[in-house]
Amino acid sequence: MTEEVMPDRTTGPESQQRWKYLDTILSRPGPFTDPDWEPGPPVRSALQSAKILCSCLYMIFIACIHTLILDRGAGGLGCEILKNLALSGFKDIHVIDMDTIDVSNLNRQFLFRQADVGKPKAEVAAKFVEKRVKGVKITPFCGKIQDKDEDYYLQFTMVVCGLDSVEARRWMNATLVGMVDENNPESMKPLIDGGTEGFKGQAKVIFPTMTSCIECQLDMNAPRAAVPLCTLATIPRQPQHCIEWAHIIAWEEERKGDSLDTDDPEHITWLYQKALKRAQEFNIPGVTYSMTQGVVKNIIPAIASTNAIVAASCCNEAFKIATNANPFLGFPGTNNYMMYTGDAGVYTYTFEHMKKDDCPVCGNLAKPLVVDPDSILQDFIDSLAERPEAQLKKPTIRSEEKSIYYQSPPALEQQTRPNLTKKLSELLTDGEEVAISDPAFAITFKFKLIFKS
Amino acid sequence: MAAPQYYDIVQAREGRDVLWRPKAEVRRSKCRCMNLPAVLWSFVGALPTSSQECNFGSSLRPGRHETRALVIPQDMESPTPPILHGPTSKEKKYDRQLRLWAASGQAALEESRLLLINSGPGVVGIETLKNLVLPGVGHFTILDSGIITEADLGVNFFLEEQHLGGYRAEHTCNLLKELNPDVQGDFITDHIESFLSNQLALKPYTLIMVTSPVKAEILAQISSHASTTGTPIFYIHCVGFYAQFSVHLSPSFPIVDTHPDPLSTQDLRLLTPWPSLLDLARRKTTGLEQMNEHDHGHVPYVLLLLHYLDLWKAEHDGQAPGNYKDKTAFRESVAKGARTNTPEGGEENYDEAVAAVLKSLNPPSLGSGVREVFEAAECQNLTTQSASFWIIAHAISTFHKTHSALPLPGSVPDMKAQSKDYIELQNTYKTKARHDIGEVTENVRAIEKQLGRTSQIEDSEIEAFCKGAAHIKLVRGRPFHIMMPGQMPAWGDRAKFAALSLTDPDSLVLLYIAFLAYDSFISSHTTGGLGSASVVPGENNTESDVEMMASMAYAITDDLIQQSGIAMSASEQTVAKGKIEQYVRELVRAGGSELHNISSLAGGLIAQEVIKVVTKQYVPVDNVCLFDGIMSKSSVLRL
Repeated sequence: MTEEVMPDRTTGPESQQRWKYLDTILSRPGPFTDPDWEPGPPVRSALQSAKILCSCLYMIFIACIHTLILDRGAGGLGCEILKNLALSGFKDIHVIDMDTIDVSNLNRQFLFRQADVGKPKAEVAAKFVEKRVKGVKITPFCGKIQDKDEDYYLQFTMVVCGLDSVEARRWMNATLVGMVDENNPESMKPLIDGGTEGFKGQAKVIFPTMTSCIECQLDMNAPRAAVPLCTLATIPRQPQHCIEWAHIIAWEEERKGDSLDTDDPEHITWLYQKALKRAQEFNIPGVTYSMTQGVVKNIIPAIASTNAIVAASCCNEAFKIATNANPFLGFPGTNNYMMYTGDAGVYTYTFEHMKKDDCPVCGNLAKPLVVDPDSILQDFIDSLAERPEAQLKKPTIRSEEKSIYYQSPPALEQQTRPNLTKKLSELLTDGEEVAISDPAFAITFKFKLIFKS
Repeated sequence: MAAPQYYDIVQAREGRDVLWRPKAEVRRSKCRCMNLPAVLWSFVGALPTSSQECNFGSSLRPGRHETRALVIPQDMESPTPPILHGPTSKEKKYDRQLRLWAASGQAALEESRLLLINSGPGVVGIETLKNLVLPGVGHFTILDSGIITEADLGVNFFLEEQHLGGYRAEHTCNLLKELNPDVQGDFITDHIESFLSNQLALKPYTLIMVTSPVKAEILAQISSHASTTGTPIFYIHCVGFYAQFSVHLSPSFPIVDTHPDPLSTQDLRLLTPWPSLLDLARRKTTGLEQMNEHDHGHVPYVLLLLHYLDLWKAEHDGQAPGNYKDKTAFRESVAKGARTNTPEGGEENYDEAVAAVLKSLNPPSLGSGVREVFEAAECQNLTTQSASFWIIAHAISTFHKTHSALPLPGSVPDMKAQSKDYIELQNTYKTKARHDIGEVTENVRAIEKQLGRTSQIEDSEIEAFCKGAAHIKLVRGRPFHIMMPGQMPAWGDRAKFAALSLTDPDSLVLLYIAFLAYDSFISSHTTGGLGSASVVPGENNTESDVEMMASMAYAITDDLIQQSGIAMSASEQTVAKGKIEQYVRELVRAGGSELHNISSLAGGLIAQEVIKVVTKQYVPVDNVCLFDGIMSKSSVLRL
């Protein structure tokens, strides 16, 4: 891609010294390296040519250097991953992020400074790391992962994900699985994915179509606890119920025209006062500003140390995959998933998450879904958002025979709308396969509806 | 849909990744209305419970920090409410972490003064500091006499090309300080020997981290400082794909705020109800059979269980269901009380009652952590110098002797109920909890008087202890192994555990032994005076270093087996030694190199443990932690 010469690394005695530590390990075989692995010049030149020519080793790093939701956290995975990849000897790194830098980011995201406020995160992060780690080339793209197509993703060797939304992860996963062409081994891109919440986190490696994918693992992410609307509306008991009431009901009733901006202190204050007043009516203690913000913004606690652990684990796997310097997670038939929890001591659980034959993305069987034949289609559609095995919010459903319900275009929606009030047993038969698509995903999910007796 | 506009709002909310949310927590409503994602339930326990406690500024030292109180406005009807409640800039900056360790933890972090004694490639220590500067540690010092070389630039993120030839301590310190203007940092470029020649050199620091390689006698000097002052010490290795650290805490390191899983903290006392709870249960379940559908479906499950327990006892000579069989039968009797002719075909409060039977009908018992505290000599033999922790612990053990139960924590889980019934139930528990705290406080005051202490222990400290009593934890800190030349490590009372771990495939004790041999190698190869560099395995000749280090590791293993008195078959020993040799080979392969990823990962682990030790919250590693970056596995060993 580029013939740029990096004199500081390729010539002169100092450049030999710069990667001394990395080169020491890459020039010696270890007790766990593959017997066929040739240390020294071959590996070094492979890594180095990757560094310089950028023709055989591309990395893409999809960052949540920061998203709206994590914006006051202790720092997303993004800054860590970028730093780690650069210091692992990777030379050509691409980074995607859609956000711009806010004043409130500066003290956690260690790649940003005051003067960077308002600039795109991907760009600033790329420049910063290029300045610190000489010779690495980081190409930023400020936008969404969904803006790019298969051709774009095909150019990379690996994808490292620090995304904070399940939907974006599923999209990336489905795209990479869909790209695999059996006749072209180059089309399979390892996906390394990390996530954190407070003192907990996970890092996993996926070889699309060969090992368990994000979709196979979907039920590891149980949906959030739910509270019925009637509790919020009539019988609140917890401070959070009062806050949700202010958020979901009071705002709609009293400030319908205003769109709620959870970053606007006036809006949060308004919700806080509404919630506080309601709590006082019901004698419920404990509503605070901080709790209001937490509930309304769906805040996940975050700390720098967990981010460091998970990001480094992901990059360590990327490094092992690229160099074969030691066995990596994700080799078919071996462990591919590390769970981490650090609130009581340090605990990791590393295991093999098994690929599922009925995975709607990488399996070939339709996934069974147990339903009540007497429930109406609308209820079924609502339940798809919640069911851990589906988690689809705007599903369009069709069977082999007919269109059951279309979210769009409007004409089809109107045509299929009467089905919403029909019982499932009127629309489908027991064991019938349906195809469900959702605008958030590029693929169609196959489900088999099993009638509950 | 009953309320389409609400549905749309819910739809608009982004799906967010949630890790390990226990599925049992998902409450599926039988109501026809939409289920809404209610966030944060899992860590509600970590949040402040009143606006008073939430006042972040107030717990900080006056003069240095903003101290803006959260004022509850007088005029609640104001059409455009004034923004009085906005968080301070510090609260905004640290919001995500405050939700974990609260203002008290943050204040402790800001009070701390850390010393990093850096050596070798020196990356793991700097990565650790990065994770401590970001959340706002008070002060850090880097002691490092190293000069920046080309090799540093390929592995350390907090150095730049222009710094080549300068002091590593100075430039890493400056670049770290850029991360957070609220953090103070300085550096010392003296050799460690000359630094330590000043008897008071270590005195200013509240926590010390030392990275390998370091001479055994230096380590011994620092360790003895820890033993005499109680200053926590972290001793850190990061070599190639492996990392290891040991923590030397004071022999009495108690933690009150362990942040247990909210699900494990419920204490409802259904088998030992007090009069006002029984009275409430009887009042609210009078005429249960005749209640209308709405009321029947909203009796809180705690009161339902007490009601059915009354019925059960009447038929079983006053005995509550004790064994599994009885509990199952009891559960049946509760389930039968539910009405099934409702539109939902059941009642949610009864579902909750049935689900709670097995876990809630247990007589109060004392966990091993609490028992250890009560039995500790410090708890039983109080002196004027006793720390407040031990005085409160003694007062609570007296309470426990009197009542055969710990003070009631007083929290009640959410459950299907009318608002006012739930609040009444909640208040019944809270009142009892306050009463228990009152009794413990009286005990404390009596002890204080008896000991002739002049200052009183704060009420808030007693209250926090009472609420967390069931989950308090006592860590018995102790020195880590130091490989003095020609000496074998003393395993003491942990010899048996360590020897048994030799054959445990999930334990990384063999890697630990390889690290001991690593230190032993350094001890026997490092001579010379002030500032002489350590020689690490694999720096020059790998094969002879492997041989030497492996034979040291085998000797340590043999000696351990002997100290433990455990019989281990020859074949088991061969397997163990084969694995040790692999670890040794991998360590020698690195030749003292650090890989940035492993340093960064270990830096995350160590920073997390430093935060736990400094804040005295959560449960710290006791006392050795290992990470294997090849298998991506960790192990914590008490050695």
